[in-house]
Amino acid sequence: MPLTLDDVRRVANLARLELTDDEAAVQLRRINELMERFESLRELDVEGIEPTAHSAPLHNVLREDAARPSLPRDEALSGAPDAREGCFAVPLILEAS
Amino acid sequence: MEPLTQRSLRDLRDAVRSGEVSAREVAQAHLNRIAEAEPSVSALLAVTADDALTQADAVDLARSRGDAIGALAGVPIALKDVICTRGVATTCGSRILSGWKPPYDATVTARLRAAGAVMLGKANCDEFAMGSSTENSAYGPTRNPWNLACVPGGSSGGSAAAVAVGEVAGSLGSDTGGSIRQPAALCGIVGLKPTYGRVSRFGLVAYASSLDQIGPMARSVEDAALLLDAIAGLDPLDATSVDAPPFRAESAMRGDIRGLRIGVPTEFMGDGVDGPVASAVRAAVEALCALGATAEECSLPTARHSLATYYILAPAEASSNLARYDGVRFGVRAAGGFGHAGMTEASREAGFGAETKQRILVGTYALSAGYYDAYYLQAQKVRTLIRRDFDAAFKRFDVLVTPTSPTVAFGIGERSDDPLAMKLADVCTLPANMAGIPGVSIPCGMDRGLPIGLQIMGRSFDEETTLRAAHAYEQATHWHTLRPEVAC
Repeated sequence: MPLTLDDVRRVANLARLELTDDEAAVQLRRINELMERFESLRELDVEGIEPTAHSAPLHNVLREDAARPSLPRDEALSGAPDAREGCFAVPLILEAS
Repeated sequence: MEPLTQRSLRDLRDAVRSGEVSAREVAQAHLNRIAEAEPSVSALLAVTADDALTQADAVDLARSRGDAIGALAGVPIALKDVICTRGVATTCGSRILSGWKPPYDATVTARLRAAGAVMLGKANCDEFAMGSSTENSAYGPTRNPWNLACVPGGSSGGSAAAVAVGEVAGSLGSDTGGSIRQPAALCGIVGLKPTYGRVSRFGLVAYASSLDQIGPMARSVEDAALLLDAIAGLDPLDATSVDAPPFRAESAMRGDIRGLRIGVPTEFMGDGVDGPVASAVRAAVEALCALGATAEECSLPTARHSLATYYILAPAEASSNLARYDGVRFGVRAAGGFGHAGMTEASREAGFGAETKQRILVGTYALSAGYYDAYYLQAQKVRTLIRRDFDAAFKRFDVLVTPTSPTVAFGIGERSDDPLAMKLADVCTLPANMAGIPGVSIPCGMDRGLPIGLQIMGRSFDEETTLRAAHAYEQATHWHTLRPEVAC
């Protein structure tokens, strides 16, 4: 079933993408072109088949729970668009009363 | 005498080691070549000339003192711009990371530094490695050195073009669905995607974590093997790196291929593969058989679903990985909307390009309530079937041989409005990522002045057999010696 413009808007909101009206229309057309080609996937019989999440021959990967130096705070903050008093700074989350 | 910029990585390493040339001379010759060729190809997003000469001088000083020097001392390289380099801008070809300087090196960066390799610059790529042509870079396309009106392939197009024109002797790319092998094919060089887990992904900016793998690009199989030797191995900083028996470049370059069993999957030799490409691949199989291998047609019946499987799984993983670009911890922040959520939406709207947005949307949709089972889980199950096809094939064969790309390089802009046609460029390379197995592309012919690539895939962690076959073919043919005439 093809996606609608509402679907694209809903998903864009989940993904925190703003999308202009033009962008949403173009994305809708392109995504539907792709998804149409991928419908065949849903018709494959996968009854009883285990999913593959990754191909590495690994299960639990453990290490010693030992303290070690981490990235210094000023370096961790060095790429932030706004940092103050040793913290990442963000716009207001709640309106001031 | 052959100019330094035409000599192989191994040759340059040996020349620096023996004192025939200094590391500084090697670095300077390549920086000159960069200045000459960049206006034509635009392969690099940053040239780190000062750092490079400092690194080269350190190699020369160590050598003059008689100190031990690394396995790649003095070798000039470039890194795809999705690989973190401490203090050197790493943009991933995206506006959202414009000017971002990582506070740490990727493990591969650190290992190459430790081996004495000299980094000359960061290579252009499709935004976050999403694309097959390098046209999705926010900083403009890279051009194919064989025909400047054509794409170099992608997403590691800058890494491929820089090697092809002699700006560097080797480079690293990353491969999620073919992004090392396909541009290597389109630019006429060697590109290897190692087994998933062979090379640490620590410091590789994540696209689709279960598929991404870093690998070498160079002008010969041996050069690619030497780079792999330097970067491979278990890394405590990447829990998906594997403690496999170590790869040894030297043993992969020894021995012959008598008795090697080659499978030729028919699914990749029929519809959609250009005639000259299929002919070149058939001729390559004959050449391998003349060296003592045996070849037989075979089938990977589920492999044709790799494209659909990939375009569910990779965007799903990408939508999660790219959630970190929220305008808070790194990258660019845009003003707009109300408060924190409005800032995040405005930053992502301004920072991401159209293809990246498309994959985030598709991935978010495939993971969203009500669609998860139908798309994401279904695709993960089909991925199991694809892996089983390979398991069955590798019971009968040592390697599988296909074209790397169904066509030679296409024109810049030619497929921009047809997302499906663009994605079909990866149809032969995607299955190896699904299965996690190694695959190498090597030059095997020319069509209308553009290179054709041969893909050889091997068993998990058997890069040795894969590269031995590639090396044997290369030594018996002349295709890898051809060079584009850019700004010569």
